[in-house]
Amino acid sequence: MTTAEAVDVRRLEQFLYREARLADEHQFEAWEALWTDDGLYWVPAGADDIDPMTQMSVIYDNRRRISTRIAQLQTGRRYAQVPSSRLRRTVSNVEVLAVDGAETTVQANFVLVESRERGKEVWAGRYTYRLRLVDGELRMAYKKVALVDNARVLPTLAFLI
Amino acid sequence: MTQLDIPPQAGRARPRYEDLVQPARVHGSLYTRPDIFADELERIWYRTWVYVGHVSEVARPNDYVRKNIGPQDVIMTRAKDGQVHLLLNRCAHRGNLVCEADAGNSSSFRCPYHGWTFRNDGDLLGYPFSQGYGGRGQLTEGLSHVARVAVHQGFVFGSMAADGPTLAEHLGPAADEIDRLVRLSPEGEVEITAGFLKHRTRANWKLLAENETDGYHPQFVHSSIFTVAESGIGTLYGETSTAVTRALGNGHSENDLRPEFRRLGQPLGWFGTTESKVPDYVAAMRRVHGDAAEDILIEGAPHVMVFPNLFIAEIQLFTLQPLAADLSVQHVTAIQLKGAPEMNTRMLQQSIGSVGPAGLLLADDTEMYERNQVGLGELRPEWLDLRRGLHRERRDERGLTIGDATDETGMRGFWAHYRQLMTEGGSR
Repeated sequence: MTTAEAVDVRRLEQFLYREARLADEHQFEAWEALWTDDGLYWVPAGADDIDPMTQMSVIYDNRRRISTRIAQLQTGRRYAQVPSSRLRRTVSNVEVLAVDGAETTVQANFVLVESRERGKEVWAGRYTYRLRLVDGELRMAYKKVALVDNARVLPTLAFLI
Repeated sequence: MTQLDIPPQAGRARPRYEDLVQPARVHGSLYTRPDIFADELERIWYRTWVYVGHVSEVARPNDYVRKNIGPQDVIMTRAKDGQVHLLLNRCAHRGNLVCEADAGNSSSFRCPYHGWTFRNDGDLLGYPFSQGYGGRGQLTEGLSHVARVAVHQGFVFGSMAADGPTLAEHLGPAADEIDRLVRLSPEGEVEITAGFLKHRTRANWKLLAENETDGYHPQFVHSSIFTVAESGIGTLYGETSTAVTRALGNGHSENDLRPEFRRLGQPLGWFGTTESKVPDYVAAMRRVHGDAAEDILIEGAPHVMVFPNLFIAEIQLFTLQPLAADLSVQHVTAIQLKGAPEMNTRMLQQSIGSVGPAGLLLADDTEMYERNQVGLGELRPEWLDLRRGLHRERRDERGLTIGDATDETGMRGFWAHYRQLMTEGGSR
């Protein structure tokens, strides 16, 4: 039996779907509550595996900056999201990569359609999550979004991806 | 409907830029007409000095990086002898791209189509099956060079016109601002090594250029982030700010924030930090600059827009790339100071938070550019207003025009130069 088989994959998937829905529906408080206190939210630029301490990322939010990002969205004056984008994403190809003590590393593909007055954008890529049980509940300690077009010109990305 | 001052797509005639650009207002069609955009490429982007890249991006012999001058795909190379070249990415044979990679190290470029090979200084090295041209050494067509290349403090500029003002003449007092930036490095050099975010903007490039030193918008566009995060930026651009907006000539402009930073009087206050957080950096600066270090560390980095496409926003370097009347790309990276690792990590992390597609600041600026572009599609009112602060404009000790922190002095300077370039040699 591999370690991957030891975890409850259905439960992990349900978490990913819920996280996706909360982001799609701009349920900011509920989305933020999914994070652990040491959460890291990362969207690399230029390539999937850059050094975030020496290279520019699209997003490299520690827990504090995740809070700032959410608080800014909640002001109603984050104009890049006023009005909010209409979003729906599909999450699939879920793979459990590693189980290390209390932490499970999961990857999944996503395709996301964003609709705004000025047009429609398609976003796609691969998510990497590190999920942890905190008081019996799954929480995100890490979410990395490797966009397929992260080396190219990107439009504004002010929603939660 | 009554007559418009300047009807849309006014016939087939060439636009009269003398009429479209006036001292206190500019016409909306300047942002929307494709023929005007084509004129701008010819008269501005393919003529004047345009910032292309930094020498640190091609640090070693044979390094190359793909850059641009507007829609032109430019390869910046460093030849074996150390010389920096700007080459157009187009095979001399049938026009294929000779360079596909964003960056790399190679002494030559080989066109994949028919195998023509060019050295990284542009010279033609060879062409296969040479008998078809009468043998080897018969052809001399190399890659096209950007006509003039000049470097200031490691900043590489190109001009596609063989003749014209020198880079020093073009930069004028804007060169002092670049000097002020590099002086913040204990080694007197900046490095552009952190990679670029490329942010698509469905708006005319001039909306971006004008906004870079518009001190009026931050309190409104960025009020969301000022509300939720500790940021000193807001007060710098308030109605009572002692900062000034300065037209530097030749379309360059700056928000000179030094009066506010001097008032604060705290080394690194401009960067929102204190000496104790970056002790090695401060010690290195004091070692190099002695007593002068205090002022350098208090006054901080410039906030300067170098016409037409280089924007230094204290710790970030932006380049503007126009692609169509309603399409631009903002390329942005964190500036890194040579010999200042403590500062560099902070400059990078602050920049990631602020700029690019998800930036807590720049996403909202970009939203404004794009809404502005849509609004400018409406026919009335025809004009964009540039009057703010006209009544309180004055000259500084260098004879440069300055206004208050929130005044449109920089924009007026931009347009005066634009008008000059677009009408040089007469309107056609």
